Amino acid sequence: MSTVIKPEQTPDWRAFPDARGHFGPYGGRFVSETLMEPLLELQEAYQRYLQDPQFLDELDRDLVHYVGRPSPLYLAERLTRELGGARVYLKREDLNHTGAHKVNNTIGQALLAKRMGKTRIIAETGAGQHGVATATVAARLGLECVVYMGAEDIQRQAPNVYRMRLLGARVVPVTSGSRTLKDALNEAMRDWVTHVDNTFYIIGTVAGPHPYPAMVRDFQAIIGREAREQYQAAEGRLPDALVACVGGGSNAIGLFHPFLADEGVAMYGVEAAGDGIDTGRHSAPLCAGKPGVLHGNRTYLMEDEDGQIIETHSVSAGLDYPGVGPEHAWLKDVGRVQYVPITDREAMEAFHRLTRTEGIIPALESSHAIAYGLKLAPTLDPAQGIIINLSGRGDKDINTVARLEGIEL
Amino acid sequence: MSRIAARFEALKARGRKALIPYITAGDPEPGNTVPLMHEMVTAGADIIELGVPFSDPMADGPVIQQACERALKHRTSLRKVLEMVREFRRDNIETPVVLMGYLNPVEIMGYETLAEDAARAGVDGVLTVDLPPEESAELAGALKRHGIDPIFLLAPTSHEGRIRSVSEVAAGFVYYVSLKGVTGAATLDVDAVAEKLALIRRQTALPVGVGFGIGDAEAAAKVSRIADAVVVGSVLVKRIAANVDDPAAGRREVAQVLADMRRAMDQATTTTPA
Ligand SMILES: Cc1ncc(COP(=O)(O)O)c(C=O)c1O
Repeated sequence: MSTVIKPEQTPDWRAFPDARGHFGPYGGRFVSETLMEPLLELQEAYQRYLQDPQFLDELDRDLVHYVGRPSPLYLAERLTRELGGARVYLKREDLNHTGAHKVNNTIGQALLAKRMGKTRIIAETGAGQHGVATATVAARLGLECVVYMGAEDIQRQAPNVYRMRLLGARVVPVTSGSRTLKDALNEAMRDWVTHVDNTFYIIGTVAGPHPYPAMVRDFQAIIGREAREQYQAAEGRLPDALVACVGGGSNAIGLFHPFLADEGVAMYGVEAAGDGIDTGRHSAPLCAGKPGVLHGNRTYLMEDEDGQIIETHSVSAGLDYPGVGPEHAWLKDVGRVQYVPITDREAMEAFHRLTRTEGIIPALESSHAIAYGLKLAPTLDPAQGIIINLSGRGDKDINTVARLEGIEL
Repeated sequence: MSRIAARFEALKARGRKALIPYITAGDPEPGNTVPLMHEMVTAGADIIELGVPFSDPMADGPVIQQACERALKHRTSLRKVLEMVREFRRDNIETPVVLMGYLNPVEIMGYETLAEDAARAGVDGVLTVDLPPEESAELAGALKRHGIDPIFLLAPTSHEGRIRSVSEVAAGFVYYVSLKGVTGAATLDVDAVAEKLALIRRQTALPVGVGFGIGDAEAAAKVSRIADAVVVGSVLVKRIAANVDDPAAGRREVAQVLADMRRAMDQATTTTPA
């Protein structure tokens, strides 16, 4: 397909972030002094190993034989027919080992931790998917693992808590603040600053201080690289649009990044609108927040007029976060990606619709992306095609869904 | 000369070390803060570090986290903290006041507005925990234009190069975090601190304060032999937490802890070390 390239206007997307981790005004390293040197060490190690053929071979091997990559790009024929618009493809990250895209990143960071001689792994988790993916790779590499999880989320995601414990991780309930993902991240940072000599902090999304947003993106970009090739093989052209849910933004940037220079490919990042943007009870900083600094980077945040972080709401624990990766903040400002809201109710409808029409139970997070795809596809022509990132499977959510529908399991 | 520099010079002339208490503004309620500041001065505080409450205090242990939560129940905003400083200044124009907190409340107010309003209220220094020197040019510039000292942290992990970059932007004093960890941790290794201070003093002529992990008068005395200032926080905030229903009793206990530290420090610096 032909795209008009305007080199003087088009940023070189691959050149970001700059050396200090800035995506335009966003990103950076906003941490207390104690963590500066460890972050510089991490950046140095990550840049070195990203060029190291042995490291990359080991990563590739694990992604194929342990994670099960490449994940399929599946044409949802029945859904496409029903919607009567663009052909709908699903990138099947739900079929990865542990059931979500999170493992692409934890494999990469754990291999890095091992190379750096760290013996202890810590992580924060919301839905528990990142915690499970971290506990999994820690078990495999024989590393001690501690996962911080909001006390509230421990309640909502009990099956994942038990999975982590089976895998040998210690799950520490976090009872400060709003007792959800943001507080788990605070607590993990506090652990890291205390045990920085032997501990590697595996952040689960493209947030945190530099180099995390760039590093996690690079580990997740396998999603978009595969999808680009798979779509071209299937359709002989590039897709017209990409759709992914945005919590911190790792599955979305993983899909989007390899397509950023393809001007004809529209991109939609779907935020959790909870009860609705106008109710204030949501988790949509890009749709309704303001720039600020939290968890080591400058980005859009849910905050009050005093600069205090406010409580978020979403039916899906993995999207229940008041910030978002700094690269998304920048992609919003430069207009390359549209960020759109989907409510709890719309996500629930999409959850059921995909389950019934395609026999695929999506994670509640991914259901937000599906819901936007359901709106988008009918507005496009049958000759066009879209890719929706099915970031995870919904097994972990069946208790939540049943409870919302008044069913006792 | 800034009020902070003047204070350190005066102390030096008398052979004394600075005692710098930290309290969270608005804890357990806003009316407690200004009286507590005055009582701390009476008990021997040389500089006051006033914590600006933040919803996500990543560098703090549970004691100060809970202080922030108590203060935020009363919506103690940065603007309210500036009002407290203005009120304190009605009766005290000598004791320097340093605001300590996190960047986001400052971001939302705007660097220039904060610098201007803080200067007008009588603030002498600003320490934003999550703002390393690399990201600080704009805020430090605004503060300095309004005569406010930007205070920076140094840590056990800070190598020579980082100490140099901190000393290039810092003013007033530098604050050495004595341990790898959050506030309120209790493992002070005085020998390790002394070694690091020697390294720091080769890079900067600014006074050096030491904080994090100083839990009693004995520790304060030990640190006062090697540092220019002793910073104490969690041990005081614990007294406030233990008396949330009787803030006046909390203030008395804070003053008592400080008076003990003051005495031990003055003894340590007027006698030669054993
Ligand atoms: C299946 C799934 N999708 C999406 C997310 C949101 O994270 P991110 O925006 O980083 O992809 C999560 C987080 O837990 C998740 O479990």
